[in-house]
Amino acid sequence: MIIEHAFLVGFSKSFGLFYLVALSVAAVIYAMRPSNKKRFDEAAQSILRDEAGPWR
Amino acid sequence: MIAQLTLIERQRAILISAAVALLGFLMMLAGRDDPMGAHGALIFVASILMIFRIGGSYYAPPPSDDRLRHYYDDPSKVGIVISMMWVIVGLGVGDWVAWQLVNPDLTFGTGWSSFGRLRPVHTTSVIFGFGGNALIATSFYVLQRTSRARLPDQVSPWFVLFGYNLFCLLAVTGYMMGITQSKEYAEPEWYTDIWLVVVWVTYFILYLRTLARRKEPHIYVSNWYYMAFILVVAILHIVNNLAVPVSLGHAKSYSAFSGVQDAMTQWWYGHNAVAFFLTAGFLGMMYYFLPMRAGRPIYSYRMSIISFWGITFFYMWAGSHHLHYTALPQWVQTLGMTFSLMLLIPSWASAGNVLLTLNGAWDKVRDDATLRFMMVAGVFYGLATFEGSFMAIRSVNSLSHYTDWTVGHVHVGALGWVAMITFGSIYACVPWLWKRERMYSPKLVEAHFWLALAGTVIYIFAMWNSGIIQGLMWRTYNDSGTLAYSFVDTLVAMHPYYIARAVGGLLFLIGGCLGAYNIWKTIAVPGVTEEHASDLPQPALAGALNAAAE
Repeated sequence: MIIEHAFLVGFSKSFGLFYLVALSVAAVIYAMRPSNKKRFDEAAQSILRDEAGPWR
Repeated sequence: MIAQLTLIERQRAILISAAVALLGFLMMLAGRDDPMGAHGALIFVASILMIFRIGGSYYAPPPSDDRLRHYYDDPSKVGIVISMMWVIVGLGVGDWVAWQLVNPDLTFGTGWSSFGRLRPVHTTSVIFGFGGNALIATSFYVLQRTSRARLPDQVSPWFVLFGYNLFCLLAVTGYMMGITQSKEYAEPEWYTDIWLVVVWVTYFILYLRTLARRKEPHIYVSNWYYMAFILVVAILHIVNNLAVPVSLGHAKSYSAFSGVQDAMTQWWYGHNAVAFFLTAGFLGMMYYFLPMRAGRPIYSYRMSIISFWGITFFYMWAGSHHLHYTALPQWVQTLGMTFSLMLLIPSWASAGNVLLTLNGAWDKVRDDATLRFMMVAGVFYGLATFEGSFMAIRSVNSLSHYTDWTVGHVHVGALGWVAMITFGSIYACVPWLWKRERMYSPKLVEAHFWLALAGTVIYIFAMWNSGIIQGLMWRTYNDSGTLAYSFVDTLVAMHPYYIARAVGGLLFLIGGCLGAYNIWKTIAVPGVTEEHASDLPQPALAGALNAAAE
């Protein structure tokens, strides 16, 4: 199969653009959602909690 | 070390070593008329030594089940020690080649000691030897503690660690024998590459297996970065090294790509090696050791997530900025340039996170050189990523490309960011791992810090000056429209900066040696306090103790 240069350019400029924008929007929504705040605050604190060894 | 392994694990370890020995023997036979045969012998001898090492303790009493109540830290300890050995080799060879640029006669007159062969020995030793071992060692440490789960078995971590070091050894000895693919940061030939794939896939599976055992529902952000590092490096390594060997008995191979495709694949690899080897993994380190050492959580966990996805999305497309003004299509160059500029956002989010986490704890930064290593690393990370985005702009690149400015930029990242965060993390980690109250000598940590900082600043200022002068001389025309300066004129102009650079490198090397000595003494001198009750360090204590020891 030979992939033409023009096809690759077109693909990058259309699909490539939109899927990166969509991924970025999804990442920001995930990070900024108010309902995730508690989980993230806990995660940030969790490493400082001493739990004396592995649980398994 | 071996006594910690159960009988079945000792048997497995011997079996793996025997299989590798057999492979080495076959390589020795097949490559007897080629430098590859010497590598076969090296693999064979290394595996046989390993079998003897395990065999020597084979009949030691089996470990008690008590071991399962603690994290499995032996591979991390060994990894840190090996990492410090590599840094001395890597910085030493680096400074040697720096002096070769001052005085080209500083070789032994033999092929192996020429600049062209020693330079990749330097880059591989510091990036893969020092950085890679530190990443493997700290990733095991961080992974277990953030997941609150022990590594699932005791053989595969050793396979990853020793297998990886065999790769590094094959790489650097190969360069000195003249074995190279001539691809930057991907110099090792096909059989060494295949070996790294085996080791790396084992590493990835081990990471996933441990994560699957975790207690916390949320995976801590350090693990995201470490995982990105492992997964993406695997992808990059496999694709860029697709090649066909001349024969199974020859070291030489030919790339599956040719011409501009080869160049693009190489720099897609090369720039993502910077992104995922030299950035993502070390950010994983930073997001664990900085909060632990400062005794306070990361300033914004959300920002760490956004910068994680920013880095993974954007970096993938930035590689083509290495190929401005080449046969590469113009739009691909522009694409790389644009993504490089966008990269400033996630990069500065991370650098800002470092400084904002420390905001309110500056007294600790003042008193504790270990924390200061991490703080300065954050600053240099911000500086290096700003400079990188700037240099990716086509018109800036027309001045900076092929000059020492590039070399300076690489070392802002490598010395200022990567090495500083690694030394900081190692200084934090060593007392925790070996159950000591603090490092053997906080004064030596302090001395190391100032040597490292002075060395870095001297190095990068020398290269900025040298690079810009060089770039300007190359583009200066006289009245008749021809070049005003000959190549030799530029060399004469650069000479003083080369001396300064080599001196800066020497300071950095001396700092590294002090660090290795300090770590060695910390391990060798028995601890002053009782065993810590838990495996987890007491973060807030560390800085206070160092201050008290002053």
